[in-house]
Amino acid sequence: MSAAVLEVSDLTLRFGGLTSLDKVSLRHERGEVLAVIGPNGAGKTSLFNCLTGVYTPQEGTVTFHPDGGTDTAVLGRKPFQVNKLGIARTFQNIRLFNALTAVENVKIGIESHQKTGPIGAMLRLPRTRREERASDDEAFRLLEFVGLKARANQVAASLPYGDQRRLEIARALGTKPQLLCLDEPAAGTNPAEKRQLETLIRDISETGVSVLLIEHDMKLVMSVAANVVVLNFGQVIAAGTPQQIQRDPKVVEAYLGGGESDDAATTPPAKKVPPRKTSLKKPED
Amino acid sequence: MCFTQSFWQLTISGLALGSVYALIALGYTLVYGVLQLINFAHSEVFMLGGFGGLFLVRGLGIDNPSGVTSVLLVGGGMLAGALLGAATAFTLERVAYRPLRRRGAPRLAFLISAIGASFFLLNLAGKEFGRFNNPMPPLYTSGKVFSVFGAQVTTNQLVVAASALVMLIALDRIIAKTRLGMGIRSVAQDAEAASLMGVDIDKVITRTFVLGGLLGGAAGFLFGIQFGVQYNMGFSAGTKAFTAAVLGGIGNVRGAVMGGLVLGVAENLGVACVSSAWRDVIAFLILVLVLMLRPTGLLGERLGRSA
Amino acid sequence: MTTVDAVQRGSTWSGVQRWARRDEVRRAACLVALMVTIAVITGPDGSQNSPYSGLRGSLLSRHAIPFYVLAVILAATSLAGGRWTTAATAPVRALRQRTTGIVIPKPVKLVALALLAVLVLYYPTTLAPFWQTVLVDQMGIYVLLAVGLNVVVGFAGLLDLGYIAFFAIGAYTTAYFTDKLPVHPPFTLNPFFVFPIAVGAALLAGVILGGPTLRLRGDYLAIVTLGFGEIVRITAVNSDAITNGPQGAFGIPHFSAFGYHWTLDSLPYYYLLLVVVALVVFFFRRLDDSRVGRAWAAIREDEVAAAATGIPTLKFKLMAFAIGASTSGFAGVIYASKVGFINPDNFPLLLSILVLTMVIFGGMGSIYGVILGAAVLGWLPNYLRDYVPAQDRFIYFGALLIVMMIFRPQGLLPSRRRSRELRLSELGIGGADGTGPIPGSTQ
Repeated sequence: MSAAVLEVSDLTLRFGGLTSLDKVSLRHERGEVLAVIGPNGAGKTSLFNCLTGVYTPQEGTVTFHPDGGTDTAVLGRKPFQVNKLGIARTFQNIRLFNALTAVENVKIGIESHQKTGPIGAMLRLPRTRREERASDDEAFRLLEFVGLKARANQVAASLPYGDQRRLEIARALGTKPQLLCLDEPAAGTNPAEKRQLETLIRDISETGVSVLLIEHDMKLVMSVAANVVVLNFGQVIAAGTPQQIQRDPKVVEAYLGGGESDDAATTPPAKKVPPRKTSLKKPED
Repeated sequence: MCFTQSFWQLTISGLALGSVYALIALGYTLVYGVLQLINFAHSEVFMLGGFGGLFLVRGLGIDNPSGVTSVLLVGGGMLAGALLGAATAFTLERVAYRPLRRRGAPRLAFLISAIGASFFLLNLAGKEFGRFNNPMPPLYTSGKVFSVFGAQVTTNQLVVAASALVMLIALDRIIAKTRLGMGIRSVAQDAEAASLMGVDIDKVITRTFVLGGLLGGAAGFLFGIQFGVQYNMGFSAGTKAFTAAVLGGIGNVRGAVMGGLVLGVAENLGVACVSSAWRDVIAFLILVLVLMLRPTGLLGERLGRSA
Repeated sequence: MTTVDAVQRGSTWSGVQRWARRDEVRRAACLVALMVTIAVITGPDGSQNSPYSGLRGSLLSRHAIPFYVLAVILAATSLAGGRWTTAATAPVRALRQRTTGIVIPKPVKLVALALLAVLVLYYPTTLAPFWQTVLVDQMGIYVLLAVGLNVVVGFAGLLDLGYIAFFAIGAYTTAYFTDKLPVHPPFTLNPFFVFPIAVGAALLAGVILGGPTLRLRGDYLAIVTLGFGEIVRITAVNSDAITNGPQGAFGIPHFSAFGYHWTLDSLPYYYLLLVVVALVVFFFRRLDDSRVGRAWAAIREDEVAAAATGIPTLKFKLMAFAIGASTSGFAGVIYASKVGFINPDNFPLLLSILVLTMVIFGGMGSIYGVILGAAVLGWLPNYLRDYVPAQDRFIYFGALLIVMMIFRPQGLLPSRRRSRELRLSELGIGGADGTGPIPGSTQ
C-alpha cells in the first residue's frame, strides 16, 4: 500500500443550522488522481474550501503528509499558508490576474515561494537576480508543459477560455505543490479543450503530483481518476474505483433521486455552466 | 470616576447629540446597504442641509418667536435643510456615482470620486457662505424644561431629540412597509437578483440617496440649532456618524440609530474624562477599536468565511 | 429627428418628458449646468452676513455673461446632434489615429532625454527666487510625496488618506533631533543625519497603523487612515509639553553635510531633491518590476486568488504601506529643514487629499505620470495665483478628482498595466482593486 498524501477524517461543517459537510472522511493516496463527485449542493465545493483554508469546519481533521516532511494539520491555516504547505488550487470560476500576461501569472505563483524582499528587489542583489532568472526559466517551462508557450506574453484576459483554464493550472503548479486541487476544471470547456485537459491531468499525475479533482464531467472522471469519492447531502455515500462507483446502487439513486431528471446514472447532470467570463458579480466560491 | 458628578447631565446631552449622529449615520448605512460603498460626501450633504435651514430661518427674520411660530420655524428649518440635503444627495449620485456605475468602474474610483465631491462642496460652501461659524437665530426661548436624576433637560435637547426620533421612526416604517423600502432591502440583499425580479436598481439607488439626503439635511439643521452652522462642520460630524454606523453594523438601519446614541454618550463621557481637546480623537479610537475587533463591521459580511 | 419634431409630436407633458430624456437634450442640460457651476466657482466670494452675494455676483452680473454665451453655444452644438462637435474634433482624432502605433526611434528618445536633462538641471538657475522656492516647496517635495503614495495607491491599490501624518512624523522627528522641541534629545544632529531616524520612525508608525488595519476592506481602510491622520495632528496640537502645541517648532537648521551647507537659497535644496527623486524613481521602478511588484499587482487584482497562489497578502500590503510611509517621512525631513519652522497646521487632511489628487491626476501606478501630476498641480496654482484665490484651489482639486474619475481614471500618463486593469474592470473582468464591483453596474 502506498502512503497517503492527504487524510480527511470526520470533517463536519455547519452554517448556522445547515450542515454542509457531515463527518466526511477520505484518503488520498500519493501520486494518484482522486475525484470527488456528487450532485449539486452535495458539499463538494465546501469540502474544497475547507481543504484550502477558506472555511474553518467545526469538527474533524485534515492531515497533509508531505513527501519527506512531517505530517501537518491543514485546518486553521490561512489560504496562503495552505499553499505554502504544498497544496495548490484552481477556482471553479477562473480567477486569473487578468491584466497581467500569461507568463507574469505563472511567475507570481513561482515567486510566492521565493525570498526576495523589497530591499533586495530595489538593489537587485545577486540572490534577487538568481531568483528572477529561475522564475523566468520555470515559468516558460510550465507554460510549455501546459501548452501555452506561444502565448506567454499575451494578456491573460485575452486568452481563449480553455487556455485560461490551463494557465490557471500552470500558475498553481508554479507554487510547486505536492497536491493539486482542481475545482471543476472542465466546466464550460468545449470537447476539444476537454480532451487537452484530460491529457494535461495525466501528465501532471505522471510528474508525481497528486491531483484532487472535483468534477461533474463523468467521462473525464472515469478516464483520469484512479479512485472516486461520492458525496451527497454532505456525506460520503460511496468510495472506490470508477468501475465500482458506476455500479453502486446508492450512487445511481443519489443522482436519479436527487431531484435531477437525467436519464442515465453514468452521466450525472452537467451542472449549470458557469458564466464564461463576463459575470456581473465576482465569482463566489 | 471622572464623571460621577455629572453623569446624567452628560448622558442627556450625549443622547441629544447622538440622535443627530444617528440621523447622519442612516445616510451612510442606507447607501452602504445598496452600493456597499462608503459615501464620503455625505458629510457635505449634512453641512449644506444646515445652511438650508439656517438661511430659511434667517430669511424669515422673526424676532422672539414663541409658541406656534417656534414650532413652525423648527419644522420649516428642518424641511428646508432636508430638501437642500436631498437635492445635494441627488446631484451627487448623478454626477459622482452614476457615470462610474455605468462604466462599471472599480471601487477605488468611487471612493476617489466621492472624496473629490466632498472636497468640492466643502470648499465651495466656504467660498460662498464665508469661513466662520454662523449661529442659528433664536427659534424659541431656550431653558430648562424638567430634570431627570437631578440633570437638566433643556428645550434645545428636547427639540433635537424629539425631531430626530420622529424621523427615525418614520424611516423605520418606510423601510419596513413601503414599496421603496422593499426595493432598498431587495437591492441590499442581492442587487443582481433584484434587477432580474424587475426592480429598477437605478431608481432605487437614486431614491436611497434622496432618503439619506433628507435625513442628513434635517440633521444639519438640528445640529445647527445647538452648535451653529459652519462650512467645515461636516467632516467631524460625518466621521462620527460613520463610526456610529459601523458601531451598529453598517447596512443595518436600527443598528445605526443605536450606534449614534451610544457614540454621542460615549463621546460626552470621554470628553469629561480627558478634555474637550481630544473630542474628535475619542470617536476615531472607538471606530478603530470596533473595526479591529470586527473587521467587517459588527454584522460580518458572509457566513463562515474566515477571509 | 430634430427637437422641434419631438415637441410637436406630443405637446403634452409626456412629450416634454420624452424630449427631456433624449441623450442630446441631457447632454445640453449637463453642459449648461456645468457652465453655471464654473461661473459660480470663478465668481466673487460670498460673505458671512450676505451669503447670497457670492452667488449674485457670479450669476447676475457681467462676470456671468461669457459663461452664459458659452453655455448657449455648447447646448446648441449638443442639440444639433453632435454633428458640429464631430466636425470640430475630427482633426484631433485624425492626428491621434496617425500617431498611435508609431515607435519612437532610439536616437530621438536619447536626444529628448538629453534635452530634458538640460532643462531640469539648468533651467531652474534662470528662474526668479520666487519660482525657485515654488520649485522646491510646492513641487519637489510633493513629487517625492506623490511617488511614495503611488506605491500605496498605485502599486498595492490601498487608499491611504492619512499619508501626510508620516510627513508630519518625519518633520517632528527632525525638530526633535535638532533640539527644537520642549523635550530634549539624547544627542543633537544636523537634519541631514536625521534621515535614517526619521525614515525609521515613519516606517515604524506605518507598520503600527498598518498591522491591524490592512486586513480591513478598502473603504474601511480609507476612513481609518483618515482618522489616523487626524489623531496625529490633534495630538501634535494638544501635547504642548512634547510638540510645543499649536506654536510648533522653529529655528530648525538647514542641512549641512560633507562640508557643504545648505542655506535659505532654494536651489541647493532643489538639486538635493532632484537626486533623491532620481534615486527613489530608480529603486521604485525596480521594485515594480520584481517579485514584490508582481505580488502587489496580484493582490490589487484579486486578493483571494493571490492568497490561494501562496502570497501572504497582509505582509505585502504592509510592505507597501511602510515603503510609502518612509518616503513620506523622508520628505518631512527635507521640508522641516528647508522651511525651518513647523506646526500642526502644516499637516492638515487637505494635504493628504492633495497628494492623492496628484497621484490620480498623473496616473496611479505610473511613476512618471505621478511625477508629472505632482509637478503640474504644484505649479499651476502658483502660476494662477493672481487670478485664483489660494483658498479656492481646493474647489478645483475636488472637481478635478471627479472629472478624472469620470473621463480618465487612468490619469495623464497612465501605466500600461493599470489602464489595462481599468479597462478590463469595465468589461466586468476583475475588480482592479480586489474589492469587487459595485451593485447596479452595467456593462
